[in-house]
Amino acid sequence: MTTEPGLDGPLISALVGTRRFFTKAAVSQDRRTIDYQGGRQGDSFYRDRWAHDKVVRSTHGVNCTGSCSWKVYVKDGVITWESQQTDYPSTGPDKPEYEPRGCPRGAAFSWYTYSPTRVRYPYVRGVLLEMYRAAKAEHPDPVDAWASIVTDPEKARAYKSVRGKGGLVRSTWAEVDELIAAAYVHTIEAHGPDRIAGFSPIPAMSPVSYASGARFNELIGAPMLSFYDWYADLPNASPQMFGDQTDVPESGDWWDAGYLIMWGSNVPLTRTPDAHWMTEARYRGQKVIAVAPDYAENVKFADEWVTTAPGTDGALAMAMGHVLLKEYFVDRSIDFFTDYNQRFTDVPFLITLEDNGSGAYTPGKFLVAGDVDGHAQASSENAMWKPMVMDDATGEVVAPNGSIGFRYGEEGMGKWNLDLGDVTPRLSMYAAGSATQEAVTVILPRFDTPDGSMADKVRGVPVHRVGNRLVTTVLDLLLAHYGVERAGLPGTWPTGYDDAAAAATPAWASAITGVPEEQITRLAREWAQNAIDTKGRGMILMGAGTNHWYHSDQIYRAMLVLTSITGCQGRNGGGWAHYVGQEKVRPIMGFQHMAFALDWVRPPRHMNQTAYWYVNTSQYRYDTFDADDINGGTGLFKGRSTMDLLAQAARLGWAPSYPQFNKSSLTVADDAAAAGVAAPAYVAAQLKSGELKFAIEDPEAPENFPRILSLWRANLFGSSAKGNEYFLKHLLGTDNAVKATEAGEEHRPEGIVWPEKAGEGKLDLLLTLDFRMTSSTLFSDVVLPAATWYEKHDINTTDMHPFVHSFNPAIAPPWQSKSDWETWKGIAKRFSELAKDRLGVRKDVVAKPLWHDTPEAMATVHGRVLDWGKGECEPVPGKTLPALVEVERDYGAIYDKMIAIGPLMEKVGMLTKGVAYNVEREMGQLRERFSTVRTGVAAGQPKMETDIQVAEAIMYLSGTCNGHLATHGFKFLEKRTGHELHDLSAEHEGKQITFADTQAAPVPVITSPEWSGSETGGRRYSPFTINIERSKPFHTLTGRQQFYLDHDWMIGMGEAMPVYRPPLNMTKLFGESPVGTQSELGVSVRYLTPHNKWSIHSEYQDNLFMLSLSRGGQTIWMSVEDADKIGVKDNDWIEAVNRNGVVACRAIVSHRMPEGTVYMHHAQDRLIDVPLTETDGKRGGIHNSLTRILVKPSHIIGGYAQHAYFFNYIGPTGNNRDEVTTIRKRTAKVEY
Amino acid sequence: MRVMAQMAMVMNLDKCIGCHTCSVTCKQAWTNRNGMEYVWFNNVETRPGLGYPRRWQDQEEWKGGWTLKNGHLQLKTGGRLQKLLNIFSNPKMPGMDDYYEPWTYDYETLLNAPLQKNFPVAQPHSLITGKTMNVKWSANWDDDLGGAQEYAPKDPMLKGIEDKVKFEFEKTFMFYLPRICEHCLNPACAASCPSGAIYKREEDGIVLVDQDKCRGWRMCVSGCPYKKVYFNHKTGKAEKCTFCYPRIEVGIPTVCSETCVGRLRYIGIILYDPDKVLAAASVEDDQALYEAQLGCFLDPFDPEVQRAAEQQGIPMDWMEAARKSPVRRLIQDYKVALPLHPEYRTMPMVWYVPPLSPVVDVVKDTGHDAEEMGNLFGAIDALRIPVEYLAGLFTAGDIEPVNGVLRKLAAMRSYMRDINLGRDPDASIPEAVGMGEEEMYEMFRLLAIAKYNERY
Repeated sequence: MTTEPGLDGPLISALVGTRRFFTKAAVSQDRRTIDYQGGRQGDSFYRDRWAHDKVVRSTHGVNCTGSCSWKVYVKDGVITWESQQTDYPSTGPDKPEYEPRGCPRGAAFSWYTYSPTRVRYPYVRGVLLEMYRAAKAEHPDPVDAWASIVTDPEKARAYKSVRGKGGLVRSTWAEVDELIAAAYVHTIEAHGPDRIAGFSPIPAMSPVSYASGARFNELIGAPMLSFYDWYADLPNASPQMFGDQTDVPESGDWWDAGYLIMWGSNVPLTRTPDAHWMTEARYRGQKVIAVAPDYAENVKFADEWVTTAPGTDGALAMAMGHVLLKEYFVDRSIDFFTDYNQRFTDVPFLITLEDNGSGAYTPGKFLVAGDVDGHAQASSENAMWKPMVMDDATGEVVAPNGSIGFRYGEEGMGKWNLDLGDVTPRLSMYAAGSATQEAVTVILPRFDTPDGSMADKVRGVPVHRVGNRLVTTVLDLLLAHYGVERAGLPGTWPTGYDDAAAAATPAWASAITGVPEEQITRLAREWAQNAIDTKGRGMILMGAGTNHWYHSDQIYRAMLVLTSITGCQGRNGGGWAHYVGQEKVRPIMGFQHMAFALDWVRPPRHMNQTAYWYVNTSQYRYDTFDADDINGGTGLFKGRSTMDLLAQAARLGWAPSYPQFNKSSLTVADDAAAAGVAAPAYVAAQLKSGELKFAIEDPEAPENFPRILSLWRANLFGSSAKGNEYFLKHLLGTDNAVKATEAGEEHRPEGIVWPEKAGEGKLDLLLTLDFRMTSSTLFSDVVLPAATWYEKHDINTTDMHPFVHSFNPAIAPPWQSKSDWETWKGIAKRFSELAKDRLGVRKDVVAKPLWHDTPEAMATVHGRVLDWGKGECEPVPGKTLPALVEVERDYGAIYDKMIAIGPLMEKVGMLTKGVAYNVEREMGQLRERFSTVRTGVAAGQPKMETDIQVAEAIMYLSGTCNGHLATHGFKFLEKRTGHELHDLSAEHEGKQITFADTQAAPVPVITSPEWSGSETGGRRYSPFTINIERSKPFHTLTGRQQFYLDHDWMIGMGEAMPVYRPPLNMTKLFGESPVGTQSELGVSVRYLTPHNKWSIHSEYQDNLFMLSLSRGGQTIWMSVEDADKIGVKDNDWIEAVNRNGVVACRAIVSHRMPEGTVYMHHAQDRLIDVPLTETDGKRGGIHNSLTRILVKPSHIIGGYAQHAYFFNYIGPTGNNRDEVTTIRKRTAKVEY
Repeated sequence: MRVMAQMAMVMNLDKCIGCHTCSVTCKQAWTNRNGMEYVWFNNVETRPGLGYPRRWQDQEEWKGGWTLKNGHLQLKTGGRLQKLLNIFSNPKMPGMDDYYEPWTYDYETLLNAPLQKNFPVAQPHSLITGKTMNVKWSANWDDDLGGAQEYAPKDPMLKGIEDKVKFEFEKTFMFYLPRICEHCLNPACAASCPSGAIYKREEDGIVLVDQDKCRGWRMCVSGCPYKKVYFNHKTGKAEKCTFCYPRIEVGIPTVCSETCVGRLRYIGIILYDPDKVLAAASVEDDQALYEAQLGCFLDPFDPEVQRAAEQQGIPMDWMEAARKSPVRRLIQDYKVALPLHPEYRTMPMVWYVPPLSPVVDVVKDTGHDAEEMGNLFGAIDALRIPVEYLAGLFTAGDIEPVNGVLRKLAAMRSYMRDINLGRDPDASIPEAVGMGEEEMYEMFRLLAIAKYNERY
């Protein structure tokens, strides 16, 4: 039966239809709907809701790489909400755009403005404030008052032991400024300025704000603590291989890739505003691979999901390398690969083989010109710094241009380049079928044993004789190391790809990683073929998943073999794309000079934060093993502790170490003056005689404690503090959950004083500036109310896009909050007043490590370690000792210096990454723009009083924002390289980005020698394109990308070449239960702390919108299998316990998690819905309550080419992924 | 022929990263106020999963939308008389548990806590009762398959395909479904309203609740099968997504679209003949509803349509907008966008491009070139996301249209790879999916390059 279409039955339709007669609106003919036109009073509700008074451009100063420009809406003087700006300059007609940029976290930011977690006034812990007020009544001088508290053990214990336990009371700005200033003056007077430290992370997100406290700290002589290495985001593989901190493609360059591997990088979650480039590039025919142990958010977009076991990525990369090397370098050769490697990698360089006495050899040092007696280059300048290749045409060895030996000195002028001239470097010493072919057996390391300890591989390499030396090439060693057999060579080789017993075959990697052998082989072939087809447009996005391990440098080096050997590095759409914490302060040069007060005093005190806390939170005392155990038992560090190695690194000037000496650095200067000896010579003599010691040699002595720590833009205690409970115990002296035992006699460091009891509550003052309550504000003695990102001026950049844009106040800072710049100015002013008479003008001896990108990096010939402490050489400042520099501190003039740009800019100029700049022109411009100071220490200097002026100074003093300066820098480089470069910035020579420009719209930056890639002509930024296209060397020993590292320690640790090293064995090192075991305490699992979808580190995790979209509090994700083992269901309360601490939280159970691994998304602060634990009845911990610091020795190597220190460039990482924990279901009642 | 203009949206699920920025910006702008704490005009669901409110798709339970009875369309809750009779007791409403109990924390204790034994902490308490509470559910509880083992099997869309979906590690799949009001051509909410407070704007088809007229009967909440009308428990009135008309009217896209960092939302005008809607919504076969709805749409390039539009006073710039409409291109020209649950018979106007990936995962154990077109097509049949699941969402279970879309997307990638690598493009690839080279390239530009001016 067919019916006419209609509604309901006819009767009902008629009845309901009568409503037509009661409304003015038109009911549709078929009576389904009502249509209105005009006169809709009902609409006005939402129109009113939408109405606003103004829209202000600002952004978020959060520690992420988004750098998104936002519209902030204001109505009736109140911030209402925000949405993204869409006015980024175009990428061109044939590419997607950067609009819109943002994420749900940023979209929720305005909630903080008026939220109950907002810090509205200055606060001090009541116990301390009462004591201070009482002391003031007794001592009229605030400094005396402060001293009377901190020098009284009872009083000090009283306020330190209640840290974090509430009782904050409101104070006034005048009172807190005075109290803080008094603490600084007392500390400098009693202990020296290096007992103070400042910490603020990643400047790119708000360089003015970073510079505020940094400038104050550096002016008084206090070290700034690094962040990039501390976060474990710094890939040490980058300095090791490229001689560069990190430089990566902007996300728009993903579009250019033909093949994209997301390897441990969960793009939708951690690069939310950039993820669209990946989803869109797929439509252009890009193949996308996701390597992840779980079904991560990015796996949804990938053509293939490669499920590696956590921490085994190095094995996967090695096996792919095995296939590449065999099929594209041995079975056949590809011109594209050969040409690239001849010029841009160290593959053809010659390595000397060392006879190990048993007929076999071990790979040794690069053969350098100075080694070859009688060679024409043997007597050239820096001959010991000129590695050699063999010319294929002549068979002669030659040191080609471009190595570090050409970078410095007169002879190298115009020759620091990658030109080969007539030389054709021979990639291999192998001559198939040649009767004269010589070959030897080499012993190479492998660490793929269950406990990660070293075993030998016996392989063979073809050799050549240079004088009495046997040499082979890096390629020959790589082939041997990767197990690629060539006919006629000695040694034991894999029988094929399916030989699971032989290191580096696909079958071997399959057994370790769980990835099918066929998939590994195919991925390698696809990767290579794509590189050939696209001329190097293959890209690997690598992230925290592969970078936060103890042995991440090895994982990365194995991955970088894939990108470099196939000619993908230095290409648009190609190479590595390291995406974790890699934020880029594009105007780096101006920033560095202003933030570290290099306009007034040089050098700055820069400290690597990992070592700082390893020492100062006494975590070294819990190393129940020696450095050789944790490094695979190679024997190099036998009987020595990691702490010994750190002390050695400090002693030899490899790595910074503050507090510096066991005496105030001011006193040391006085003593030198009294002795009538120049400070460097005096200190060297005192150290040699043992009269003076490094503070690191006696870290538990009260005179060597860190005394003041200031945090701004930072939440150390809720986010990055690996070994959080050790911080609470030793640094703060409050409640903690440390259960670990200290090292027994046999594992204690030799050269370090070891008192029975380590210090507790070492810190006198913890000061935090923030706009919201965090773990750090909770534990702080003084909390200062900060302006939010919608209440101040600043600038913002990232490496994910090429624009600089601004913060602007949508409203004035409410209540008593202030911008960081104003707060630090206030502290500096009060400090100067109190310090003028008390401290006056002093001399300070700064011990500075040997710096990268300076001739100091040529301190250690062949990377041979000679220790003056063991009498192996003389202590020579700047060579075998840190550089020792005497500087002046005018403590009464700190404020005056802070708000004016100092005279060193013109007297000395600027130096960044080895390029020198004369900035007289810019200083003249700044004088005109900002006016000059009339009187005092800064008379005649440009003023820099406001936040906008700091921003502009940064931009005027950087080539990325000042086309003239970029051109100037390139011209300097042209002299050294002999190649034209200044055309790269010529198109913008007259351009100067001003703050007003950044307020109007995001502004594209200018190509500058500060970075390795080019934006010239509007191209997408990709790193190292200048190196590859303009023949500019990498900042390494060879000037090339280096697969081979020949420092004594690298060789001794078995890491001369990339090698697979499994995650640390926490059972062997610490006695934790092996992963997978079950007991009455629960199930033992690998404990990973990846980034959270609902926060950026600790920011936003407390935001009500984010909590409403997630689970409302701390959680751990676990697999269905592990949950079953302990009887846990989704949302049940659980407890995770190991020797480091306790976490009490909820479980999220999901089949997207692999068995044996749990994720506690990091930096879920302990402030939201965290109960008391059933383990110890104290407040549950944060993610870092279960971790601790473990220092890898290779990261503290210094004084040797690219292994040389610079701030955030190289250093021990705060890695934390090797950790394990036991998890069980909570049975006790949940109480708060 | 009557010509009406409808403001419509297409979301490309293949690009959705599940970030929820749309949800937050929408909430901040529209529902961040008393009585609306639990309301998300725009939400994003992880599928498979329960959605928000829980199991909203289960119309056996909620009786939303329309049903066909004796060839006549009637509200699933019963005839409209039935509605009038039940006006004071409406049993087909999701309760607070089905949405979630909104909460906040005693944040102020972090600053104000007196000196105490333990570190202070902020506990959750209910925004409804004010009492401390145990957080057990949220608007997005099963995000990214959290608790999926427990919840996802209750996903109504798994009914009948249980054997194809396994909640095991190696077989994991998920995708995101962002949802707003569908601004239907045949809105069940409007038909349910006893007060006549819900209306469809004549010029652009946006469905609104007149806040003055609404009497809070909540029949719209039941009537809407998408559960996209909400009850404001403070004002006692119904509220819903307004398609951001105060923005649309001045030429700015909706908040959710403009702030979508996945760049996956398209807004535009679709012309349709309102006189065809009832018949189209009344076709017998659920699986014919997609085609039937397409049949209601008019071609703005058709001279006859242009004449009719002119006669009926449709402005010239609207006609131009209809011709340029990216939504029209995706729905009518390329046919890669599909309606959400056409079987509800509301003629929804927010359409979706189904997600493609991961498409070649199944070939991972073989040595085949995964990008080769034949492999891509073959792999679609063995997708990680079962085609049946997508068909359940978009085509009342008919897998052919879904397959058609996925093949077009796969073909586009294959076609573009040649261009990307500088090789000659292969015309047989678009041909294999019934498209021309020009058309395929233009579709690529719209989906991939997707400039602001082309999305809206």
